[in-house]
Amino acid sequence: MEATSTPRAKAKRAGSEEPTAGVEQYLTFQLAGEEYGVDILRVQEIKGWEKATRIPHSPHYVLGVINLRGAVVPIIELRRRFALESVDFGPTTVVIVVKVASDRGERTVGMVVDAVCEVYNVPVSDVKPPPEVGGGIDTDFVRGLATMDEKMLILLDIDKLIVDTIFDGAAVAA
Amino acid sequence: MSFDAEMEEIHKIFFEESHEGLDAMESGLLNLDASADRETINTIFRAAHSIKGGAATFGFVEIAHFTHDVETLLDEMRNGVRAMSSQAQQLLLQSVDCIREMIKAAQAGGAVDVQRVAILNESIKDLLASGDVPLTPAPALPVTEVDTVPPAVETAAMPLMNVEGTAASSPVPGWIIRFTPHEDILRTNNEPTRMFAELAKLGPVIADADISAVPALEDLVPESLYFRWTLKLNAVVDQRRVQDVFDWVDASSKLEYEEVSARPAASTGGVGTAAASPAPAPATAPTAAPKAAPAAKAAGDTSSIRVSIDKVDSLINLVGELVITQSMLSQFGERFDPGQLERLREGLSHLSRNTRDLQESVMQIRMLPIGFAFNRFPRLVHDLSRKLGKQVELRLSGEGTELDKTVLEKISDPLVHLVRNALDHGLETPAVRSAAGKDPTGTIELNAYHEGGSIIVEVKDDGAGLNKARILNRARERGLVPADAELTDDQIHNLIFQPGFSTAETISDVSGRGVGMDVVRRNINDLGGHVQITSNEGRGSTIKIRLPLTLAILDGQLVRVGAETYVISLLAIVETIQVKADQVNRLPGGVELFRLRSEYLPIIDLGQQFGIGRDPSTSCDGLLVVVESDGRRFGLMVDDLLAQQQVVIKSLESSYRQVRGLAGATILGDGRVALILDVPGLVQTFEQRALQAEAASAAA
Repeated sequence: MEATSTPRAKAKRAGSEEPTAGVEQYLTFQLAGEEYGVDILRVQEIKGWEKATRIPHSPHYVLGVINLRGAVVPIIELRRRFALESVDFGPTTVVIVVKVASDRGERTVGMVVDAVCEVYNVPVSDVKPPPEVGGGIDTDFVRGLATMDEKMLILLDIDKLIVDTIFDGAAVAA
Repeated sequence: MSFDAEMEEIHKIFFEESHEGLDAMESGLLNLDASADRETINTIFRAAHSIKGGAATFGFVEIAHFTHDVETLLDEMRNGVRAMSSQAQQLLLQSVDCIREMIKAAQAGGAVDVQRVAILNESIKDLLASGDVPLTPAPALPVTEVDTVPPAVETAAMPLMNVEGTAASSPVPGWIIRFTPHEDILRTNNEPTRMFAELAKLGPVIADADISAVPALEDLVPESLYFRWTLKLNAVVDQRRVQDVFDWVDASSKLEYEEVSARPAASTGGVGTAAASPAPAPATAPTAAPKAAPAAKAAGDTSSIRVSIDKVDSLINLVGELVITQSMLSQFGERFDPGQLERLREGLSHLSRNTRDLQESVMQIRMLPIGFAFNRFPRLVHDLSRKLGKQVELRLSGEGTELDKTVLEKISDPLVHLVRNALDHGLETPAVRSAAGKDPTGTIELNAYHEGGSIIVEVKDDGAGLNKARILNRARERGLVPADAELTDDQIHNLIFQPGFSTAETISDVSGRGVGMDVVRRNINDLGGHVQITSNEGRGSTIKIRLPLTLAILDGQLVRVGAETYVISLLAIVETIQVKADQVNRLPGGVELFRLRSEYLPIIDLGQQFGIGRDPSTSCDGLLVVVESDGRRFGLMVDDLLAQQQVVIKSLESSYRQVRGLAGATILGDGRVALILDVPGLVQTFEQRALQAEAASAAA
């Protein structure tokens, strides 16, 4: 594929380099064998898993809230959100804390994922729209697909995912 | 950019001060009733004057104009040329409202009701003209200096000419202003360039500076101004608007206005650059289109608090102490010797005391005297009693009682409702009162004081009181009460808090629609407080509102349910009891009741409500926390009582979303998050579930 052509291959793994125009940086993480990417500008921090305080009357994928330096931050388990098989949390399990924009201002949310992987510079032109598969609701949260190192990256629309997942109270019932 | 931000900041202060000024005017005007003391009028006048001045300075021309006439009227009263009439008082009160609207509009960038402003302005002008006193515009300028041209002369002499549709005749219609500032004008914080910029908003300005008076460099005083200007404004505007620009120039500066009209008759000599000088006009505003006024921008809804300097000082002191304690403790970190254990303990106890004091002081900053909420009532009562034809005396006490700003904001509306109710329903007309042997003037008392950890606000009237028979009848008609039920006085009185309940025979625009009291009670419950009413037929009623001091901190009881910890507000807890199995009865439908002395309490099992897996066997010897909500009692079944402590309330809604039965979250000493129960919400969900269960069992 085009993505492996030389100039881009050089730039792809440059986490420390300034992204140039037309290139977006993504933090990727592992979830049930697939690699997902989130816009790195949304990521506030990555922290180890700690037990959350469960919130009654919440969807099963909302694990609860944690204390993040004095702020109460909800935690969602992405495996459960995507209806993937739930596994026990292991040593690589981490919480990616993201900031998302919602109608009611900026919200901070933690997502439990299997492991973090890399930071990629993804040229915007390389992002392909997700294939239309009828009925697959979850593809609503996919901004696009990209290929890096011969791997497929699923780039998430994190705003939509988080806002639809937990702030749209009526849409999701337990 | 930063100038705009600065300007916005200054505007904000102006708005804030104007609102304060308006409040002062309002309370002054209301006080004029009782004793028309000169100082009161002076206070009102001064407030109007500073609003006008501020408005003119910051370019709120409409406000300045409007306030100007108000000020003129007040000035006549101040000087004793005009007596204070009730008509004038009413008009001035309306003007205060109008100015307030205009300021609000300027603040939010909204539109002003131009018509209303015009009508009011007209009535003020009529009033001004009706007096046997000559018009004295611009009273703000003391006309003393000989070389000053009093602006009044020209206003009277020169009617505004319509110069629209001028042909290509040579002089451009507009104004020529000869401005000879006093040397010291800069020391009075007047900045001519600002005025020119202001003038440029009216139309294109050509400025010529005469620098012939500038002395040699060695004689030059940098703070003095040696320039003279001839300004040509190429726009047809009212002379007043031109004058307003120079409103703040003191009398020792010389100002001459000359109108240039397209009609040859009016264009007298001196048109053009009179004091022509080869020097360019260095400091004047260019004739370019004026910058968009930053005033139009909405000030944003960031609310601010004015904090007394004492509170800030005490905070600084505390922080100082904290720093000392910290440095003392950090010494232990470097080299610790077990012999110093005692000193370490001492340091830690200092630290905990400092922290507690600091917390208290910070909370104090949010505390405002309830007087802020009470202040609007004199006006309200004044207007309303007039409208209803009742004589009322309003007594305020405990205005200094402080409570949290958020609580204060939310309590205002319910209070207004209660006072209106007291006036409309409670107090009788003077005739009725006299007939009943009471003073024809009724009394409404607003009182605030501390009691325990809460604030009590009382609204008391000496009117007719609640008519028990009528309330009971109405309740029976509406099916709220079974026909044969015997109710205590308290229960009857509490019926008025039922939604849609009203005994008023006629619906007035004041009250009587029956949407009031239940809203009042709900608002107060939302704040974590409750309302009580006591009434004595023929003697009046008292409504007592109990509110928590603050919404940010709560005295909580930590309880354990399964493996989870929850916080219950201590204010809601009545008592806690050990439950024995034989005291629990089960109703059909599954609701459990507990017999507490002579009362049956429904039991809300928190474990079940929150879906916490709990050992069912413990339900028989668990602990029952008896809570009160809306005057009714419920038992919350928990597994254990933990510590009692103050917790800082963190909104769950702002980080996650609102959850039924939860009021928020807090962070415990060990860093874990614990959830705070919302007792009224919990009761509601419980009742809904019970109803559903009943419906389900009935259907089966």
